[in-house]
Amino acid sequence: MSTFWSIWISVIVLGTVFGCAWLLWATRKGQTTDVETDRTMGHSFDGIEEYDNPLPKWWFYLFMATCVFALGYLALYPGLGNYKGLLGWTSTNQWEAEVAAAEEKYGEIYAQYGDTPVPELATNEDALKIGQRLFANNCAVCHGSAARGQVGFPNLTDDDWLWGGTPDAILETLHNGRMGNMPAKGTMPSMTNEQVDQVVNYVLSFSGREKDAEAAKAGEQVFAQACVACHGPDGKGMQAMGAPNLTDNTWLYGSTYEWIKETVMNGRQNQMPAQDRLLSEDQIQILAAYVYSLSN
Amino acid sequence: MKHEIIEKNIGLMIILIILTISGGFLVEVVPLFFLKQTNEPVEGLEPLSALELEGRDIYIREGCHVCHTQQIRPFRAETERYGHYSVAGEFVYDRPFLWGSKRTGPDLARVGGRYSDAWQRQHLYNPRSVVPESNMPAFPWLFEDRVDHESIEARMETLQTLGVPYTDEQIANASAEIQGKFEIEALVAYLQQLGTVISDKR
Repeated sequence: MSTFWSIWISVIVLGTVFGCAWLLWATRKGQTTDVETDRTMGHSFDGIEEYDNPLPKWWFYLFMATCVFALGYLALYPGLGNYKGLLGWTSTNQWEAEVAAAEEKYGEIYAQYGDTPVPELATNEDALKIGQRLFANNCAVCHGSAARGQVGFPNLTDDDWLWGGTPDAILETLHNGRMGNMPAKGTMPSMTNEQVDQVVNYVLSFSGREKDAEAAKAGEQVFAQACVACHGPDGKGMQAMGAPNLTDNTWLYGSTYEWIKETVMNGRQNQMPAQDRLLSEDQIQILAAYVYSLSN
Repeated sequence: MKHEIIEKNIGLMIILIILTISGGFLVEVVPLFFLKQTNEPVEGLEPLSALELEGRDIYIREGCHVCHTQQIRPFRAETERYGHYSVAGEFVYDRPFLWGSKRTGPDLARVGGRYSDAWQRQHLYNPRSVVPESNMPAFPWLFEDRVDHESIEARMETLQTLGVPYTDEQIANASAEIQGKFEIEALVAYLQQLGTVISDKR
């Protein structure tokens, strides 16, 4: 802050405090007596007159005390331009002290858990309790408070993994996030409506639910052209790309003919946001253990 | 000083009243117009793109700021939940600012990147479908209505006049850039950039 504004602020603030004190003192001085009398201000409106009595003493002293309090406050805290105050308080260092106190209290526990391998941590009751709270605060919004997911957001309890369920894969997912992207009509933009129907039937046939066996048979060829690049020749998916296994009857975007058709026609895009930006390394380790524990 | 002098000179009384009530404004507000900390953008801050600006106007139109604040205070309880506390330099292009004063829903100052676009869309279409206990209203019409691309240039010009550093080229391209987009796209684009300039960990 420039010197000008520092002085500007100080002068007005102190001027206001002293001005209040002076006003009180000046109006009181004008009184000849501090007991109540019948004397009036000397004016009368429609017969209504006004007494000319002093302020009650308790009120006067209380007001004076607020002025004294204000001066004390301004001496201790930063209120006068660039003056830092005797306590050296700022909102930033108050926050830093709060964080440091918490670090002292919890830091050791977090560091200890942060160094424990995920499978071992997943058997630690206390760590899992922390993990469950972290999950509720950060993950439940998409994956649900019971981690069962919903359409478009994977179930984390069924041991069926899009990107892999090993401790390392879970940690990677948490740290750097995942970007799921199925293009519309796979790698075959020229797919006709008839071919869409065929390939949907073929995909349904993996779980024995095809509507039209003939179409399903024809769909095999379409699948080979449009889908194998990611889902593999036998439809078992590819975890390196986050391509779901289509044969296990676990569905991220709905299992019916209509849902699958929608998926093929328009593709699917979703993202697991990277938590690196949001959570500490130790917190991510604990969360990974919690997620790991849900299916192991 | 006698009451009588002030009470019988209305001009003097007006001057004294103005002096009395302007103290706080002169001390707490006026210096902020000239301070470096409140006028300099934080490093990396860019003015909102045309689509994000349209999203911001939808945010205001739908009254999001009535229930959601956009200001993280420097308390541990808040920085743990929302991220780095807000600093003045993040808001220099915000006209008007959307800090809000009431948190019926969570603070949104750093909601950008926290959830996927797909989640944001689903949540705005029907909040209960992803957060069962939510009491947020649904905004299905955002998925049907197209953005107002005709007035975007005028809005950007106004901001440019107020000091937001839009280039003339940005303004000239704005209308074409957003024409035909759905309102939901604009709002999600706006939400996904909120608070991403400062990315310190909690």
